[in-house]
Amino acid sequence: MHAMSYARVGDVASALAEGADPDSRFLAGGTTEVDMLRIGVARERRLIDINDLPLNTIEDLPGGGLRLGALARMSDVAATPSVRERFPMLVQALELGASAQLRNMASMGGNMMQRVRCGYFREAGMPCNKREPGSGCAAQGGFHRGHAVLGTSEHCFATHPSDVAVALVALDAVIHLQGRYGERAMPLEDFFLQPGDAPEREHPIEHGELITAIEVPAAPVARTSLYWKVRDRESYEFALVSAAVAATVTNGVIREVRLALGGVATRPWRARAAEQMLTGGPAISDAFEAAASAELAPAVPHPQNAFKIELAKRTIVRVLERVSAA
Amino acid sequence: MDGPLEKIERGPEPAKLSLSVNGATLVAEVEPRASLLDTLRETLDLTGTKKGCNQGACGACTVWVDGRRVVSCLTLAVACEGREVTTIEGLVEHPMQEAFLSCDALQCGYCTPGQIMSAVKLLEEGHAGNDAEIAEWMSGNLCRCAAYPHIRQAIREVRDGEHQ
Ligand SMILES: Cc1cc2nc3c(=O)[nH]c(=O)nc-3n(C[C@H](O)[C@H](O)[C@H](O)COP(=O)(O)OP(=O)(O)OC[C@H]3O[C@@H](n4cnc5c(N)ncnc54)[C@H](O)[C@@H]3O)c2cc1C
Ligand code: SF4
Ligand code: FES
Ligand code: FES
Repeated sequence: MHAMSYARVGDVASALAEGADPDSRFLAGGTTEVDMLRIGVARERRLIDINDLPLNTIEDLPGGGLRLGALARMSDVAATPSVRERFPMLVQALELGASAQLRNMASMGGNMMQRVRCGYFREAGMPCNKREPGSGCAAQGGFHRGHAVLGTSEHCFATHPSDVAVALVALDAVIHLQGRYGERAMPLEDFFLQPGDAPEREHPIEHGELITAIEVPAAPVARTSLYWKVRDRESYEFALVSAAVAATVTNGVIREVRLALGGVATRPWRARAAEQMLTGGPAISDAFEAAASAELAPAVPHPQNAFKIELAKRTIVRVLERVSAA
Repeated sequence: MDGPLEKIERGPEPAKLSLSVNGATLVAEVEPRASLLDTLRETLDLTGTKKGCNQGACGACTVWVDGRRVVSCLTLAVACEGREVTTIEGLVEHPMQEAFLSCDALQCGYCTPGQIMSAVKLLEEGHAGNDAEIAEWMSGNLCRCAAYPHIRQAIREVRDGEHQ
């Protein structure tokens, strides 16, 4: 790892002042950042440790929503009783991610900013448009079994690796940012950019801007919800396919449904086509299969990851069957 | 509560860090880029904590920071000033150590310090109800020798109070 300096700040104003330095980067749990610095993908010369900022609270909002401070740890969010009661799929997505040790370290804000697990992105010296714009994409003709089939471009098709972001996107979460010139908020879904022709740009965040919180609006539908993760081993592995689903079914009719996919797309993937087809229709397997096929219709397979299309469809059907039976 | 800031500024050259490790205050002169793992092993001669992958994937380097199990390879030593670090050397005749010995919960022993640091917290966290739960919540600690059945047995025995 190259030499660098370190500053620990105690309040938001100082974090923003220090973060303005173009050669700096924020340090939260470090589970992505230290890894990236060590493998030479991150090149910053100065880390601004934000762990002492008062942004680690987990608050219930009136009406049933949540406000998660950017520095709240994955383990602490998952252990919060009101989160467990109101948002089962959020808890499951958190607890099926990483390991107990990493969840104790990893912050919610850092999780949104984690980097892709594409082996060529991590290997300095290999062509990678995300790491070195214009250098090519070694994954195209290389190993890409874990790569995305939705939201891809010819320039990059690395999978977005987060689990909890998938559940949050299904829940219409809103991300709050603070910069030196003010605060803003946007739907979390918009915080993740598709690679297009600029895969190096992953988020509409300015350098030195701080994520302060993620808000989850009240969603009674989420009380009947599920996060299902399909992977090569049973634990401590990224998803091949995952699905976050919440549904309200009365008299066999789907009144409301939320569905998002992980492991198959370049961003946490809200399955709007499927949601639209399902809403107001019968909660039967045929309808689930039709919705799954519609959602995966635009999928672009590569030789090693084509299996994900069928796996994603089956996963969607399975989670819909499970929640509608609940 | 944006209170008066207590700003710490270090590096890039080596700086003397004052670290609280196993209850003692130790001074380590390291650069800010030094991991807690390397600082423990190379500078403080606390070699009980092991390096496996150095990228957060194996759990061999598990220690406690402020009482929580974390991986020390992705933790910077400089970020631990003002925090309490506990390593395997800080556990003395702990029931979990006794149980690992009597259950033969190791072969080469390389993963063992990390397993024990993780297992003690697993019990405190209350995720050792049955073997499936133990396996899930210990999945951050890999064992190349696959001593898993005996590791789970050791954890069960401590959970059930068989090693006081
Ligand atoms: C072995 C391993 C397995 C993993 N498995 C999974 C998994 O199965 N599922 C999953 O979802 N994740 C997984 N992860 C990823 C893990 O969840 C992320 O690394 C973690 O959430 C990042 O959070 P952090 O606090 O450690 O961020 P850091 O590493 O501290 O920061 C990450 C990035 O975000 C920036 N940043 C952090 N906080 C803020 C903020 N408040 N405002 C602005 N920028 C900020 C930093 O500057 C940095 O660029 C795994 C990681 C590892 C190492
Ligand atoms: S898929 Fe994306 S991250 Fe991987 S090599 Fe291609 S451009 Fe880089
Ligand atoms: S050495 Fe830290 S997790 Fe492997
Ligand atoms: S005992 Fe050898 S790695 Fe676990």
